[in-house]
Amino acid sequence: MQRIYLDNNATTMVDPKVAELMSRFQTQEFGNPNSIHFFGSETHPFLRTGMNQLYSGINASDDDDIIVTGCATESNNTVLKAIYFDLIRTGQKKEIITSQVEHPSVAHTCKFLESIGVKVTYLPVNSIGIVEPQELKNHINDETALVSIMWANNETGMIFPVKEYVDICKERGVLFHTDAVQAIGKIGVDLQNVPVDILTFSAHKFHGPKGIGGLYIRKGLSLTPLLHGGEQMGGKRSGTLNVAGIVGMGLAMELAVNALEYENSRVKELRNKLEDALLTIEDVLVLGDREHRTPNTILISVKGVEGESMLWDLSKNGIGASTGSACASEELEASPIMSAIGAGNELAHTGIRISLSRFTTEEEINYVIEEFPKAVERLRSISSTYAYSPSGKK
Amino acid sequence: MAKDDLIGGSIWEEYSQKVSDKMNNPTNRGEIREEEAEAMGAKLVVADFGAESCGDAVRLYWAVEKGTDIIKKSKFKSFGCGTAIASSDMMAELCIGKTVDEAVKITNIDVEHALRDTPDVPAVPPQKMHCSVMAYDVIKKAAAIYKGVDMEAFEVDDMVCECARVTLSTLKEVIKLNDLKTIEEITDYTKAGGFCKSCIKPGGHEARKYYLVDILKDTRAEMEQEKVKESIATSDFASMSSVRKFREVEKVVDEHIRSFLMADGGNVDILDLKDNPSSTDIYVQYLGACSGCGSSTQTLAAMENILREKLDPSINVLSV
Repeated sequence: MQRIYLDNNATTMVDPKVAELMSRFQTQEFGNPNSIHFFGSETHPFLRTGMNQLYSGINASDDDDIIVTGCATESNNTVLKAIYFDLIRTGQKKEIITSQVEHPSVAHTCKFLESIGVKVTYLPVNSIGIVEPQELKNHINDETALVSIMWANNETGMIFPVKEYVDICKERGVLFHTDAVQAIGKIGVDLQNVPVDILTFSAHKFHGPKGIGGLYIRKGLSLTPLLHGGEQMGGKRSGTLNVAGIVGMGLAMELAVNALEYENSRVKELRNKLEDALLTIEDVLVLGDREHRTPNTILISVKGVEGESMLWDLSKNGIGASTGSACASEELEASPIMSAIGAGNELAHTGIRISLSRFTTEEEINYVIEEFPKAVERLRSISSTYAYSPSGKK
Repeated sequence: MAKDDLIGGSIWEEYSQKVSDKMNNPTNRGEIREEEAEAMGAKLVVADFGAESCGDAVRLYWAVEKGTDIIKKSKFKSFGCGTAIASSDMMAELCIGKTVDEAVKITNIDVEHALRDTPDVPAVPPQKMHCSVMAYDVIKKAAAIYKGVDMEAFEVDDMVCECARVTLSTLKEVIKLNDLKTIEEITDYTKAGGFCKSCIKPGGHEARKYYLVDILKDTRAEMEQEKVKESIATSDFASMSSVRKFREVEKVVDEHIRSFLMADGGNVDILDLKDNPSSTDIYVQYLGACSGCGSSTQTLAAMENILREKLDPSINVLSV
C-alpha cells in the first residue's frame, strides 16, 4: 500500500540527517552536560552549535534567551502562567488577550487561568479565520498584561498579521507572545524584523524530533519558570538538558530555514498543483487565498461529504490527511477555527486539511489527484445531502 | 487510568470489523424509485432526518407492501462519518422483512448490537453511539409518514439520553434510590451521559430538552425537600430539628410539669437546648420558690423522667 503523508501540520518526518546526528548522543556522547568530568563537557560544543542554529534560525540577538522546553505546550504554559505569577497575581495588570482560534495549549491554559480569576479576552476572527488588527486595537487597554496570538493557524494555514499586532502592542507598552509553531519552517520568522517579545516553537513541526520545543524571550524580560529544580537553562527551565534533542532541533531548524526558499517555490507549486486539481471537482471550496496561507496547506470542503468519511477513504488508499470535523474528534466538538469560520457553510463538518512538506514528491501529489476524486465520488453516491450526478467534474 | 487511556487512541481502532466492512461497502445504500415500488405492489416511503449543518443527515427509503405493511425493500443515503454510514446500512438491513410496526421497535441499541463482532465488545467507541441514534430516529420518521401520523407518536416523551436510552423517570428514580450525587455516578448506574455526552450539559454535540446536570440538581433539591417534609411529619424526637425539639419540650413542660411547680409557688424557664450526637441536653432555670429550694435536685430528676418518658430517653435536664 501507498504511504503518502499529507498531515505535516500535525507532525513531520524527522529529517534523516537529523536522526543520524542525534543517535550518537544516545550511545556515545551520552553524558550529562552538568557533569564535571569530560563526559559532561564533551557535549558542550554540540549544544553550543545547536543553540546557535536556533538563534540564527529566528534571527534572535545573542543577548535574548531561547529556553529549550519539552514541547510547545510547555512553552505556552510557561508564558501564560508566568504572566499570571509576575504581572497579574502581583496586581500590576489584570487581563490576557488572545484569540478564539488558538491551539489548546494556549486556549485551555487560558481557561484554567480564568478559573482562578484572571480576565481573558478571546478576540474573534474574520471569515477566513484571521484576527483583524483593529479587533486588537479595540480591546487592548492599560490593564492588559499580555497579548498572545498565533503566527499561523494549524487548521487553515492562514498567516496572521503579526507585525501589525506587535506595533499595536509596542505602542501600548503591552507584551506580545506568538505561538509560531505553524510558521517556522514554512515562512520566514525574523525577530529583528518582527520584534515579538516571546515566541513559541516546536521541533517536530519542522522535521525535528518530538518531545522538544523552544521559547524565545526578548532580552531584559524575565519569566517565572514553570519547572523548578536543578537550575539548568540558567535557572529558567530546570531538567537535565536533552542533548540529542537540542542538537537535533538545532540542525532541523537550520535545514528548515535553508529550505524556506524550496518550501515557498517547489512545495508551494506542488500544493497549488494539487489545489488546482481538486478545485476542478464540482462543489468544493478552499479556504482563504494562497498568498495569506502557509505554502504547504490546503483546507478544502467537499460538499455532501463528511470529513471523517473522507479521511477514511483517503486512509484506505494510503493517504494520511486531517479534519477539524467534530465527528473525528474524541469529544465530538468541532475545532475552534471550524466553529469560528464554519458557521453558515459546510466547513465545520466537511473540512479536509492537506498539509505537504519538503519531502512530498510530485508522484505522491499525482497519486492524490487521482485518488481524491474517487473517494469524493464514492461518498457522494452514498450522501443524502448531495444530489449526485456521476459526472463529478465541472 | 488504563495504559491505553494514557497513550490515547484513534477512534477508528475501536470500530468493529462489521462497521469497517459496512463503511467500505454499504450494501443497502441507494434509492428506491416510485416505479420500482409500484412494480412490487408496494408504497414508497422516503424519510429524511438530520441536516448537513448538524454533521449527520440520513434518508431512508422503504417499499412497504400494501395490505401486509411488510417492508419489502429498504435503502438509505447518508451524510455522516463512518459509523453513521455503517449504522444507517445496518438499520436499513434490519428493517427488511419486518412490518412497519415491528420496525418502529428497532432501537439504536439494536443497531449497535447488530454491528458487533462479538456479543460483549461494543461496535463503536462511546462517543460514536450517537450516530446510531440517527438511524433509529429516521425509522420513526418513515413510520410516521407511512401511517400519516406525527412522528412524536412513536417517541418516548421523556427520553434524556438517546444513546443509552434512559428516560427522565428512570434517572430520577435511580438518583433517589441510590442517593447519587455526581454525574459520574449517574453514568455508572445508568450509562446515561456515557456516550456522546450531549445530554450532560448544554453546549455539547447537540441541543437537548433535558440535561443531566439539571436533573441531578432538581432531583437532589426534591430529595432535600422530601427530607424536610419527613422531619416535619415525624413524631420521632431524635430526628427533629432543634427548634421543633425545643417546642416539644416546652409543650411537655407546660402540660405536665409547670402546674405542679406553680402550685408550690415556683416555676421553671427553659433556657436552651443542645443537640448532641446521641443525647439532648436541656438547660433550665428555677424561678420563684423553686430557686434555692432544698428538693430542687429531686424536682430536676422528676422533670427529666417525665421528658424522657414523653419524648426521648436520651434527654438530660441540667439546671443553670
